[in-house]
Amino acid sequence: MTPHCRAVLRLADSNLVLAQRLGEWVGHAPALEEDLGLANVSLDLLGQARLLLARAGELEGRGRDEDALAYLREEHEFLNLTLVEQPNGDFADTIARQVLFDAWQLGLCESLAASSDAPLAAIAAKGRAEASYHLRYSGGWLERLGDGTAESHERAQRALEKLWPFVNELFADDDVDREVAEARIAPLPSSLEKAWSARVDAVLAAATLARPAPVPFPWFGKQGRHSEHLGYLLAEMQSLHRAHPGATW
Amino acid sequence: MGAQPALARDPAPEVRARLEGILAQVADPEIPVLSVLDLGVIRHLRYRPDGRLEVGVAPTYSGCPATAVIKADVLRALESAGFPAVAVDVLSPPWSSDWLSEAGRRKLAAFGIAPPGRRGSGPAACPRCGSADVERVSEFGSTPCKALYRCGACLEPFDYFKCL
Repeated sequence: MTPHCRAVLRLADSNLVLAQRLGEWVGHAPALEEDLGLANVSLDLLGQARLLLARAGELEGRGRDEDALAYLREEHEFLNLTLVEQPNGDFADTIARQVLFDAWQLGLCESLAASSDAPLAAIAAKGRAEASYHLRYSGGWLERLGDGTAESHERAQRALEKLWPFVNELFADDDVDREVAEARIAPLPSSLEKAWSARVDAVLAAATLARPAPVPFPWFGKQGRHSEHLGYLLAEMQSLHRAHPGATW
Repeated sequence: MGAQPALARDPAPEVRARLEGILAQVADPEIPVLSVLDLGVIRHLRYRPDGRLEVGVAPTYSGCPATAVIKADVLRALESAGFPAVAVDVLSPPWSSDWLSEAGRRKLAAFGIAPPGRRGSGPAACPRCGSADVERVSEFGSTPCKALYRCGACLEPFDYFKCL
């Protein structure tokens, strides 16, 4: 698999896995509006994932379509960020994870819109407006939780502390990243950190939450080495397709 | 996307007018007062060298399941009027609520859905009583294209076509 294909697959997988996680909230969110909100964000991410998976399949050139890539790969073949596979936890955990992701995706899409890979640039141009909308939603909620009651503040802060170890990976460059950056296909992850920090810090300030201290602990989800949570998510996501290959609605 | 056929040609003006007449009758599956033309998702109509008609369709919101239905409805309408066609996705430039036609905006308001304003802004007025005293209830509504608002004057909740 070329670095180009691998890079697109990483983006696709992060979207797909987070879409699946958010989908777990359907029917369980604290209010109907949030049920709809989380489901809508999930659908947007899934729609983007489908386009990205199709593009990855094209680049791979082995005839695998979006379904083959989503349903018939094993855990170690998934290249998503470790952050997005973390369990939903309580509403604060989910919202904190979403703020960290949305701010990252927004900066990424801004940069990818100028990609030398035209289809990827088109997907990113579309994703940019959606990521911005998502961040307004997740950021607005983190603000209400952080600046809400003592209980909601404490839980929001705890959620940030819990998720912060997974932030490093968002900005860690590896060989694949360096090759695709050289070819102007995608930005170097490290180049996204400054804008991300500015966006996240603005939300944290409004939310009266403290930015956790850096955690010098690396994760390697985008290289296929995951936390213990991804396997369970995939087992659920892939079970129907594997039990009934080629099933359609 | 991809290579366009070298010898594609535009339909003659009278054929184009007929095609547009057909498409004006194809309703958005989620907001049936809007046609696919009002929605601004039809990006091109042209003949491929093999004589088949090609329709370029821009997907709306990435998460909108109606996109597939829109394509199928467009093809069915054209086919039954004697124009067998194929649909292709046009991702660039991306669709946004700016592509909604003026007629479409008027139809939305008459239907009770506040039309999208400028980027980042909310609805200008309540579509029922016209009051500008409106507040957002939720960024997300009953379909991917809508947000939920409430009017402070008549107290009715209403949908707002998301500005994205």
